[in-house]
Amino acid sequence: MSMPAIEIQGVTKAFRHRERQSGAPLWRRAWKEKVALHELDLKVEPGGVTGILGPNGSGKSTLIRILGTLLTPDAGTAKVFGCDVVTDALQVRRHVNRVSVEAAFFKELSPWENMIYASRLYGNTSRGTRRRVVEILKMLGLPEDVIDQPMKELSRGQQQKVAIARSFLTAPSLLLMDEPTTGLDPRSKKEVQAVLERLRAEREITVLLCTHDMDEAAALCDRVLMLDGGRLLADASPDQLCAQHGAATLEDVFMHLSGKTLETEEVIL
Amino acid sequence: MIGVRGSEMSALFGFAERQLYVYKRYWVWEVVWLFYSIVSVLSIGFLASGLGSLGAGGGSFDLRKAQLYLLIGALLWGYLSLVFMEAAYAIAWERWEGTIEYTFMAPVRRMTHLMGICLFAIVYGLARTFIVLLVAVAIFEIDFSHADIAGALIVLAASMAPLVGLAILTSVLPLLSPQKGEQMSFAVQGFMLLVSGVYYPLTVLPWPLQAAGFVSPLTYALAGMRSSLLQGSTMADQLPTVGILLGMGAVLIPIGFAVFTWAERRAKRLGLLKRSG
Repeated sequence: MSMPAIEIQGVTKAFRHRERQSGAPLWRRAWKEKVALHELDLKVEPGGVTGILGPNGSGKSTLIRILGTLLTPDAGTAKVFGCDVVTDALQVRRHVNRVSVEAAFFKELSPWENMIYASRLYGNTSRGTRRRVVEILKMLGLPEDVIDQPMKELSRGQQQKVAIARSFLTAPSLLLMDEPTTGLDPRSKKEVQAVLERLRAEREITVLLCTHDMDEAAALCDRVLMLDGGRLLADASPDQLCAQHGAATLEDVFMHLSGKTLETEEVIL
Repeated sequence: MIGVRGSEMSALFGFAERQLYVYKRYWVWEVVWLFYSIVSVLSIGFLASGLGSLGAGGGSFDLRKAQLYLLIGALLWGYLSLVFMEAAYAIAWERWEGTIEYTFMAPVRRMTHLMGICLFAIVYGLARTFIVLLVAVAIFEIDFSHADIAGALIVLAASMAPLVGLAILTSVLPLLSPQKGEQMSFAVQGFMLLVSGVYYPLTVLPWPLQAAGFVSPLTYALAGMRSSLLQGSTMADQLPTVGILLGMGAVLIPIGFAVFTWAERRAKRLGLLKRSG
């Protein structure tokens, strides 16, 4: 029996900040707590694309950050391929890479310079990297001449494709994708989705995909988790969810379960 | 497939190489900074020259020696402060670029990360200081014929250990306070300038500042290098200074890493890495 790609047991995460209530003296500030994840249990087997759906503030990004060793849970345990995200963080990082909604790069550097840097951080030498970078960028539909332009001169969509290319370059076993297609034009979005589909078919990789796009989730995900207020509302394949709740779309399922739409604005965590 | 040690070496080189790429992109600004460094050192040199016309050249006062004393202080301070700020600023800069989460989730030990930044800063600082030195030697006709260059270099090399430790300690500040930590790095740098005897002997300071200067590694680095460059102290003469500097490094580097590890854990607990403030 293979080891689960992700195994989470009772993970809780809350953020505290001090706030002065109206009318209170300047020096009197009370602690306020916002629970981002509430005793979450989750198991994801290796391979396939697991979607996480939920409105802003539902805990999606917090979950991604915990799995990426960027946040520590307040309680519970989270493991990636059997390695604990707190006590064995370095080992977890060897398995994981991430694409977030904002393409974080050194903006003055070119895609090539950013990618060779990322490649070195993941222990690769420069030999053959340029060829692989060109291959991946081509696969994502980026023209070859952008490879040496400063990132700041690339469009938002092109920057996001370079971010995805960067994550592919390091060959992760678990790819955490936090709204990777948000803000992309329809054509770029389709190209990124096509790459994800191909990735799912060709490579032994587990993808955790946070998205607001219901069509994207229905098309790409083998399994969908719905989160709201840090709690798991539903966990099944898109077809099963629709069938179980007699809904036509995943958005309808979410509304049925939570009484909210996915666009509901809450505090972003 | 390369092993863990090879992987860390690759990452170490990756951090230094990234800094090189950034400096290449900002080369115009680096020329401006180089110009600023030259102007700063020349100002100090001319200030010393001006002391003569202000009547400070009489009696036992050796104007030439005073000029050399100040120039060495200015040059070394330029170098040491560059290395210090490069390392201390590393975290603040990544936060500003928005790449800090990617760097922190890379499979790299923090020691490799910070040492990679320091490695580049040391090499770059040496190159820049060498250019400034050439200009200063040409303009002020500095005579190093009595200097023991090997003695000065061994002190310079030893001074890197405590300097790196101090820089790592200071780089923690932006992790503790995303909003104000960066400015605190300048405060630390300014305090070191005050107490380390860069432009004057420690004896002119009030005793609390003298005490602070006594524990500042820069004091020993500057005193040791002046001793070799002005009085020709040899490598053998410098062994006690080298020992003090290495001893301070042996204390400061582990403390720096321990504090950094604590601050990183705290930032991950409180969710401070994400904030761009």
